[in-house]
Amino acid sequence: MTTPEDLHDQWELWEVFVQEKTGEPHTHAGSLRAPDAEMALQNARDVYVRRGAATSIWVVKTTDISATVPDDNESFFESPRAKAYRHSHFYKLPKGMKDQ
Amino acid sequence: MQQFQTDLSEHFNDRIQSNDKIEPNDWMPDRYRAQLIRLISQHAHSEIVGMLPEGNWITRAPSLRRKMGLLAKVQDEAGHGLYLYCAAETLGISREEMFDQLLEGHAKYSSIFNYPTLSWADIGMIGWLVDGAAILNQTTMAKCSYGPYSRSLLRICREEDFHKKQGMEIVATLVAGTPRQKHMAQESFNRWWWPTLMMFGPPDSDSPNSGELMQWKIKLKTNDDLRQRFIDMTVEQARAFGLTIPDPSLRYNDRTGHWETGAIDWEEFKLVVNGYGPCNRERMDARRKAHDEGAWVRAAARSYERKHATDGSAAA
Repeated sequence: MTTPEDLHDQWELWEVFVQEKTGEPHTHAGSLRAPDAEMALQNARDVYVRRGAATSIWVVKTTDISATVPDDNESFFESPRAKAYRHSHFYKLPKGMKDQ
Repeated sequence: MQQFQTDLSEHFNDRIQSNDKIEPNDWMPDRYRAQLIRLISQHAHSEIVGMLPEGNWITRAPSLRRKMGLLAKVQDEAGHGLYLYCAAETLGISREEMFDQLLEGHAKYSSIFNYPTLSWADIGMIGWLVDGAAILNQTTMAKCSYGPYSRSLLRICREEDFHKKQGMEIVATLVAGTPRQKHMAQESFNRWWWPTLMMFGPPDSDSPNSGELMQWKIKLKTNDDLRQRFIDMTVEQARAFGLTIPDPSLRYNDRTGHWETGAIDWEEFKLVVNGYGPCNRERMDARRKAHDEGAWVRAAARSYERKHATDGSAAA
């Protein structure tokens, strides 16, 4: 039988980040439920790396992640968006001259 | 307030129109959320229940090669169910709620898994036909508007490549075998052909959710479109295998360039979806048994965690 404990004692949600080759960034693979970090890592291997394509796995409790709020995107990202002079195409060179 | 809602809804529709992906924290209409929960949880249940008909043959696989392939495929299905439960959870439903819906018999899953696997040839047919149909559906759905579902499907499609191929290898082996083996393949094909065509869902004329789903780009092709693509592809493969399609009305339409089948028995489909297929009860009994018998594993994992939390030894 499904006991009440089963129902309400949910395992914690973890986000899984996998690095597929050395030198590459860890990228988000998905999430899973596990009671602690050790079991989260083992589950992450079984769920997300069944073909062995990984050199490293990170697991992070979902509740420990802070994220920007989509509704605030306009104001939050306004400042960097308005700085065209941080891109190379902002600067002009005499015709015919190459910068590399 | 009402104006605010209208603005949100217009902005949302604009994003859908420009093929933007919707992410969990973005505003979305309640119906969009509800439809996705229904669809993704049904898909997750299908992966989990889908392990049962094939699991039936793991111990009786005819060689070690076949056993390894089948085992890996069934393990993938467990994994795919988990990706999809995670994707559904991002919409605010809990995993326990979804499990309960399944175990209490309220949730739907693909009708195809309520048919029995009577011979080894059925394992070949499931890979070739059932996975073939699922892959066609999933590669289309992978372009859907909801980010987490789209990403889960991309991962699933990448892994399912071999599922269909191992099935086709089994069929190819049987049709090249003894007369009894050939007969086994044909008998199995006869049983799976029509139920596989039903996997794409009711005809467009009787598919109440389709319009809304397509407007939101949750669904990108209609049931009949996908079914036709499957028929055209599979008729050719069946002919190459030397199998006879169990449909005397099947004919090639020169004008449209498509194969046309006889009428699909939608009454049978409705019965199976509503719980009266050959194996519905057996499948649910097996799921409940597996869930109950796994209770000690869940309890052990929980007490291991508590032990490490109290004695101070970091678990990871």
